[in-house]
Amino acid sequence: MSAAHDHHHGPAKGISRWLFTTNHKDIGSMYLWFSFAMFLLGGTFALVIRAELFQPGLQFVDPLFFNQMTTMHGLIMVFGAVMPAFVGMANWMIPLMIGAPDMALPRMNNWSFWILPFAFAMMVSTLFMEGGGPNFGWTFYAPLSTTYGPPSTTFFIFAVHILGASSIMGAINVIATILNMRAPGMTLMKMPLFVWTWLITAYLLIAVMPVLAGVVTMMLFDIHFGTAFFDAAGGGDPVLFQHLFWFFGHPEVYIMILPAFGIVSAIIPTFARKRLFGYDSMVYATASIAFLSFIVWAHHMFTVGMPLAGQLFFMYATMLIAVPTGVKVFNWVATMFRGSMTFETPMLFAIAFVVLFTIGGFTGVMLAITPVDFQYHDTYFVVAHFHYVLVPGAVFSLMAATYYWLPKWTGYMYDENLGKLHFWLSFVGVNLLFFPQHFLGLAGMPRRIPDYALQFADFNWISSVGGFLFGFSQLILLFVVIKCIRGGKKATAQVWEGAQGLEWTVASPAPYHTFETPPDPALIKAQ
Amino acid sequence: MKTDKAPSKNKTLVTKLLFAVVGMFAFGFALVPLYDVICDITGLNGKTNNLAVQAEAGEIVDETREITVQFIARENADMDWGFVPSATQVKVKAGEVNMISYKVTNSSDRVMVGQAIPSVAPSAAAGHLNKVECFCFEEQILQPGESADMPLRFFVDPALPADIGKLTLSYTLYDITEKSSKLKALAAR
Repeated sequence: MSAAHDHHHGPAKGISRWLFTTNHKDIGSMYLWFSFAMFLLGGTFALVIRAELFQPGLQFVDPLFFNQMTTMHGLIMVFGAVMPAFVGMANWMIPLMIGAPDMALPRMNNWSFWILPFAFAMMVSTLFMEGGGPNFGWTFYAPLSTTYGPPSTTFFIFAVHILGASSIMGAINVIATILNMRAPGMTLMKMPLFVWTWLITAYLLIAVMPVLAGVVTMMLFDIHFGTAFFDAAGGGDPVLFQHLFWFFGHPEVYIMILPAFGIVSAIIPTFARKRLFGYDSMVYATASIAFLSFIVWAHHMFTVGMPLAGQLFFMYATMLIAVPTGVKVFNWVATMFRGSMTFETPMLFAIAFVVLFTIGGFTGVMLAITPVDFQYHDTYFVVAHFHYVLVPGAVFSLMAATYYWLPKWTGYMYDENLGKLHFWLSFVGVNLLFFPQHFLGLAGMPRRIPDYALQFADFNWISSVGGFLFGFSQLILLFVVIKCIRGGKKATAQVWEGAQGLEWTVASPAPYHTFETPPDPALIKAQ
Repeated sequence: MKTDKAPSKNKTLVTKLLFAVVGMFAFGFALVPLYDVICDITGLNGKTNNLAVQAEAGEIVDETREITVQFIARENADMDWGFVPSATQVKVKAGEVNMISYKVTNSSDRVMVGQAIPSVAPSAAAGHLNKVECFCFEEQILQPGESADMPLRFFVDPALPADIGKLTLSYTLYDITEKSSKLKALAAR
């Protein structure tokens, strides 16, 4: 796009630019586009679910297909949309933030992206196979997924292997970049929080993705090679599956939220025009959350039958997570306190994140209470809880990040009015969609069931209307991004008046190659 | 300056991280036996000791303590052996060896192999239910139409926590005809 850089070797022409690129910006863009496509696909599956649940009775799809939709929606959103989107953000922004010319392992970077489309092509193709796709929920509990799973489960297992390998390579790359490629003067405690949260996230990925790979490998052996890891008849134990899965699964939910904390910690100071309150405590809180994530997994399975001591331990350990998370929320609020705030689209999304993520956090504390969890388990209350932390949590932070850095990526300002329209429709939509689900769950509506008792009808149609409003509003984001790439008001290098950090010292759009010589150490300030 | 140093730095770091990845993959598998050990120690999931306990002569019997033991028999999905205990509930003295039997009939027209898997509730009692003899220790082969009485001899350890006065022993019977090693050995003969 910039002729000015032709003297240096710029991007290759045509499709080979994207196939063979080792440029962190190209790869970051591909990750972001891929995850957005997956977001729309997973969202379409969600709309099938909400359409079916609009009224009681069976309207549009049969229960088997409904089960495939709940499963694929979860898998696509977790592994296809949220995780790759954060990796895309990391690819684009981490080298710019620490003053590095590129990621530490650029060829592996290319590979870790390009195996993803294959993994998801394989996973989505199962929908067209005999017996259908995975229909056992994204948690794929054995023996539902082993003894009773459809024949396509093997493809699902290999897809998980591939996307796991992609995540691990991405994580290794992030760690190597952050530890080895920082510009002189960029000490660890001067790094932007997005870099810090990603460093910790990458360690979480390295610790738990191999365990997930192990779990699906055991499933593969149980299905095809006659072992009995999870088969009670052969001396195995189905509950073991749940322990192994959630040993991966709980850190996984922090993998999806820690980078979001980093993004919000970048945006709020910019638009409050104040330094981030309590930088050090933010770093330590992130590390504490990461540590605690390893010792709370069994709170997902209180109802399997556990000794009292175990239930108490997991209950208290889970509640303890509210402490570092509270530190973060108070720090964001304190950053805004008496700041000169303006409310551009990224800031709106960031503030909505703080408020709505906190609601999701509170319902999480409710679910942590063991005797209460016995009532809420597997109801829509759980669905409302984790969607509040994932959609207006993780996804809103990604949208905030997109608007925040879009001028840096494209060189043009996005359409602020359309951005605000997108925010308000999303904000209203997401609350209409998920807030009534709390009440449904408390009243006893079970999750993952295509039909429901008549008394749940009103809240369900409200939720469905919210779902369609939220879903279609995302097309505005697509439009805004395309419009911004094609042109608009020229962006300055600084873009935002209050923005701090090395990424705002390079031109907008960021040149194809940046920081080939390390930045002036005087530019590196404490956060 | 940096270019000649960075690759080797990356190499050591990546090697370390790859070791961590392989280590965590192995750890996932190590959790399987570890889980069994923890279950044995804590009685988690109501898992009972799957080995016969020698009932020594002169085992201490606590005549003053009476415990109710209830029996549940369930059949897994494709199993149809009419699996029932001879009594649904017995009162036993702590430490005293008791006997009960389970009746099964293979009403199908093929040779079938069954395997019973025990579970005890409450789980704190699991470690205190000792079996001297149990059909659950081995696979059961039944010819078409054949019936059998499968014996269970057990005693409740007097060390059972004082607050437990009643415990439930549940058996689930699985059809393992296709996986059975015994049947394969028979067929090979």
